[in-house]
Amino acid sequence: MLEISNLSHVYGSGPGAHHAIEGLNLSVAEGELLCIVGPSGAGKSTLLRSIAGLIQPTGGEVRIEGKLVKQTPDNLAVVFQDYSRSLFPWMSVADNVALPLRRKKMDKQQRRAAAQEALESVGLAEAGKKYPFQLSGGMQQRVAIARALAYRPALMLMDEPFGSVDAQTREDLEDLVLQVRGHHKMTIVLITHDIDESVYVGDRVVVLSKAPAHVVGDLKVELASPRDQITTREHSDFVHLRAEVGRLVRGLERTPA
Amino acid sequence: MIRRLAWYWLIPVAALAWEVVTRSAGAVYFPPPSTILARMREMAATEDVAADLVPSLARLAVGWALAAAAGVALGVLLGRSPLLAKLVEPMVHFGRSVPPAALLPVFLVFFKVGTPIQLAAIVYGVLWPVLVNSMDGARHVDTQYLDTAQVFHLPRWRVVLAAAAPKIFAGLRLSVALALIMMVISELYASSEGIGHRMREAEGSVDIPAMWAGIVLLGVLGVVLNGLFLAVERRALRWHRGRTAA
Repeated sequence: MLEISNLSHVYGSGPGAHHAIEGLNLSVAEGELLCIVGPSGAGKSTLLRSIAGLIQPTGGEVRIEGKLVKQTPDNLAVVFQDYSRSLFPWMSVADNVALPLRRKKMDKQQRRAAAQEALESVGLAEAGKKYPFQLSGGMQQRVAIARALAYRPALMLMDEPFGSVDAQTREDLEDLVLQVRGHHKMTIVLITHDIDESVYVGDRVVVLSKAPAHVVGDLKVELASPRDQITTREHSDFVHLRAEVGRLVRGLERTPA
Repeated sequence: MIRRLAWYWLIPVAALAWEVVTRSAGAVYFPPPSTILARMREMAATEDVAADLVPSLARLAVGWALAAAAGVALGVLLGRSPLLAKLVEPMVHFGRSVPPAALLPVFLVFFKVGTPIQLAAIVYGVLWPVLVNSMDGARHVDTQYLDTAQVFHLPRWRVVLAAAAPKIFAGLRLSVALALIMMVISELYASSEGIGHRMREAEGSVDIPAMWAGIVLLGVLGVVLNGLFLAVERRALRWHRGRTAA
């Protein structure tokens, strides 16, 4: 579904150049939920921006469904970390969700219905008429997820989506992602620096090195579903996996790059 | 509403004080408000006030609208194009630093006395604050709004305009007052009709109450125009007020 081969990206040039990614290879199967973890400053966001077509990588290539990514593909949606800067404050919640649908062959009524359905699926059936600033942080991030869902992408990218909310909300949103992926057939790539989260949410966890980033670990997560915040996290497989991922990430932080 | 009106108690008190002081001083050049009001009523009854008021207001509206549209368009363009901004910005800062009134002699050379020169003066006065504020607003649009627009293939310029709207409106509000100033100044010096021209005539014929009538009328006009603008702004930026208050 998603093929990344020999990807490199350098910011700037000369001696001050920053090599964010170097020789990164990764492939993601259709319908997979892949979590990417790595130390902060590892070039995770650069990777996401390359996949989304927001930047042109300086080397290598990204293909989605076989097609080379040059600009943002039509079948891709992104949920950014900072919901307050990603939802448009000048529009109601329903308009925010419905806005990207204008490009699809849908009339106003269909767009409105699709937005309402997406809001219902994230538990915000009543919030459509409100403005984003009238909602809590967790609710705003739900709106951002609803916007992505309504768009019906084949690939959904999530950039530290739960990094700016409190712990309880975070768990709720993790479960929301697991729940919506059951209803919508899509591939999800979720970037996080939270090791527990990556194991809890993912079908597979990929660990990135420090910058210049490449893949240093690739683990399958075989935990029973549906997952549960209490029982899954106390399961010995979970404990084992998170230790393994943790060791990979930690190990990187100790050895100087 | 009544509570809000109650806060205006100082206005009648000030008017009364003005009346008392000017009467007791008996100053010819500072007539009491009652005399000014009486003169205003007399002018309204005997003269064709609309013949001065309508052209003044029409030039004000047309000049302001032209300059506002041009200022927003140019400002947003400069705000979004670092290359163009680098090239043009020094000139923009020079242009806006020249007091518009100082350019009237220049306009006198280039434009015909009457509507053309007045429009030029109003446009020049209004253009800069709108342009500079729009440029500032467009320049500082959050990059994540633009990323979002790109990801979902939304028209970029609409996102820029909406995000810059609070700044753009700040410039427009300033420009309303400036438009009024430029309207009067240009009429004082280069016109054969309009409120400013009537004031000049009144001064020439030592009709001091009529001169003050013009001043009062301009003050009222300023308050009304600002009120109208605020009403529009409040509607357009409802989201912004709510957000910053929260």
